[in-house]
Amino acid sequence: MSDYSSDENDDYVLYKNRPEWSDITPLAQDDNEEPIVAIDYTENFKDCYDYFRAIVQKKEISERALELTQTAANLNPANYTVWQYRRDILKGLDKDLHEELEFVEKIILKQSKNYQVWHHRKVLVEWLKDPSKEKYLTEHVLSKDAKNYHAWQHRQWVIKTFKLYDGELDYVDLLLKDDIRNNSAWNQRYFVINNTTGFTEEVLRQEIEYTLSRIREITENESAWNYLRGLLLHDKAGLSNNTTVKAFVEELYESNNRSPFLLAIIVDMCLEQVGAGGGDSNYSAKRAVELCKDLMEKFDTVRANYWQHMLDSIGSESGEGTSGN
Amino acid sequence: MATIIKDITLQENIPQNILFEKHIDFIKEYGQKENNFEYAMTDYLRISGMYWGLTALELMNASPPHTIEEISDYIKHCQDPESGGISSCLNHDPHILHTLSAVQILCMYDNLKAIDVEGVVKYVKNLQLPNGSFTGDKWGEVDTRFSFCAVATLSLLNRMDAIDVNKAVDFVASCKNFDGGFGSRPLSESHAGLIYCCLGFLSVTNRLDIVDRDKLAWWLCERQLPSGGLNGRPEKLPDVCYSWWVLSSLTILGKLHCIDANALKKFILACQDTESGGFADRPGDIPDPFHTVFGISALSLLGNDTVQKVNPTYCMPQHVIDRLQLKPQILDN
Ligand SMILES: [Zn+2]
Repeated sequence: MSDYSSDENDDYVLYKNRPEWSDITPLAQDDNEEPIVAIDYTENFKDCYDYFRAIVQKKEISERALELTQTAANLNPANYTVWQYRRDILKGLDKDLHEELEFVEKIILKQSKNYQVWHHRKVLVEWLKDPSKEKYLTEHVLSKDAKNYHAWQHRQWVIKTFKLYDGELDYVDLLLKDDIRNNSAWNQRYFVINNTTGFTEEVLRQEIEYTLSRIREITENESAWNYLRGLLLHDKAGLSNNTTVKAFVEELYESNNRSPFLLAIIVDMCLEQVGAGGGDSNYSAKRAVELCKDLMEKFDTVRANYWQHMLDSIGSESGEGTSGN
Repeated sequence: MATIIKDITLQENIPQNILFEKHIDFIKEYGQKENNFEYAMTDYLRISGMYWGLTALELMNASPPHTIEEISDYIKHCQDPESGGISSCLNHDPHILHTLSAVQILCMYDNLKAIDVEGVVKYVKNLQLPNGSFTGDKWGEVDTRFSFCAVATLSLLNRMDAIDVNKAVDFVASCKNFDGGFGSRPLSESHAGLIYCCLGFLSVTNRLDIVDRDKLAWWLCERQLPSGGLNGRPEKLPDVCYSWWVLSSLTILGKLHCIDANALKKFILACQDTESGGFADRPGDIPDPFHTVFGISALSLLGNDTVQKVNPTYCMPQHVIDRLQLKPQILDN
């Protein structure tokens, strides 16, 4: 079957010139006397959508309507009405949905940031109850854009719905080897563990080890530090009492590392200790104040206002004077 | 310690002010003379497009290009008599995104009587699922964006009683992540646009108590880059629409002062197209009404008093929210 939808195709026949459509009166875009109309777009587009409007109004369920929606979807995949109507036809005609999977896959690979195409894909997988091609599809999309939100959302839905967690941590690992700052991959790591083993003591120990070694590679990595903080939410002792983390943080600081994320976590460890009555004198309000000043003046100047605000709040809570007021 | 930061460099001659005349012409002409193919291509977002353009004009104290009757009449014809929902334009299916946009426009012009309000209430109510979440249309896509659209729409209509608010809050709360942010669904990655939707939702429902305020404020401040612009997720490029989403979120949290306002102002002003008018996502890109309304709104939140005050929860002129006597929750400094 020729691909009617391609503008470059010399054989493309306008719908108004196709004999099988001669019984339909095309319906031009009628914006109901709304003055903001002025239409002069390409002939193919106008031709296709004039027939599309006509056929939607008739609610016709037919092969030719299905073919028309294919052209319409190719011309404008963001048009959600086209997809909804197409699904009505697919159901009505009891079509082979595997063919439809292939069709939408092609569009997804071209238009991977479009809500409608992914939703269409999801509905098809639901109807077929066949998730076997989804991991591959999302990997294909993520290989070109590793943070594509739609692809991740689809992948999470498939994994969760069909319990396809096996091998997912390896995939995450692969992505992190490629880009250790890939926040989507770190989030996926959390998603997998949360929904499988959970953050047991043993898993927590392993994950902390893993994360610390990734941070050691590149210390200016917001995502990895956030993940570490996420892990410590599951440590009953809190942010500032994990001996492995404490040793790591102090060693890094001693080695003159001044990553803003390192200093920021020490600030929070100090505040936690102070708030809990100051069990560990190494984590004092005084140290937090000094670190905030360092962040503000030297190591995170973009966020100077934030650190000033932090200083002010430490000052008002601990009663220590700060330069803020 | 050389770190490559994904960012842009601003050029020298950045406009110092909002180029009002240019933007007003840009919005008024958008879709009229200019690039008609694009206009036709975007019929699936027509009503939202009208909301962006008309809100931008109102914030700039400019009159709309059509009479309020014409605008209202168009919206009226986009309401589906069966479901009660409003579609992006004629012959399209209703969607909650356009339903909210339509209600926002009509509230702005104090002309809700143009539509069947009870129909809208019924439509929104029917989109709520047993777990409290909302779908965007009858096909069932769930997203925290739609939770925001639902409560924003109903609160503007003063009909919050139509839905199960507690369940709706439970769902949004279940989308809170370990980094303090929110995603589209439970355990989906934090994203500034969705954080705005969730904070907007919690602001409308008066439930900001479920937020990890300090943690989230820090995450949001981390979005600011050396260029002054804000991105929507770690390691992404800055973008004017994220300036709005991050900024309105920080405003709702009472932490606006944590951002470097001057650097951000400069970035947003640099995104103006000095020739055609309008704001683009980044300096030098093609402008559009979407980034124009968010650019102007962000400048309004940053205290620019040459434009009208905008409400951070609804992204509507504050005087409209005051007239409706709505008091969405905003945390104190
Ligand atoms: Zn944008």
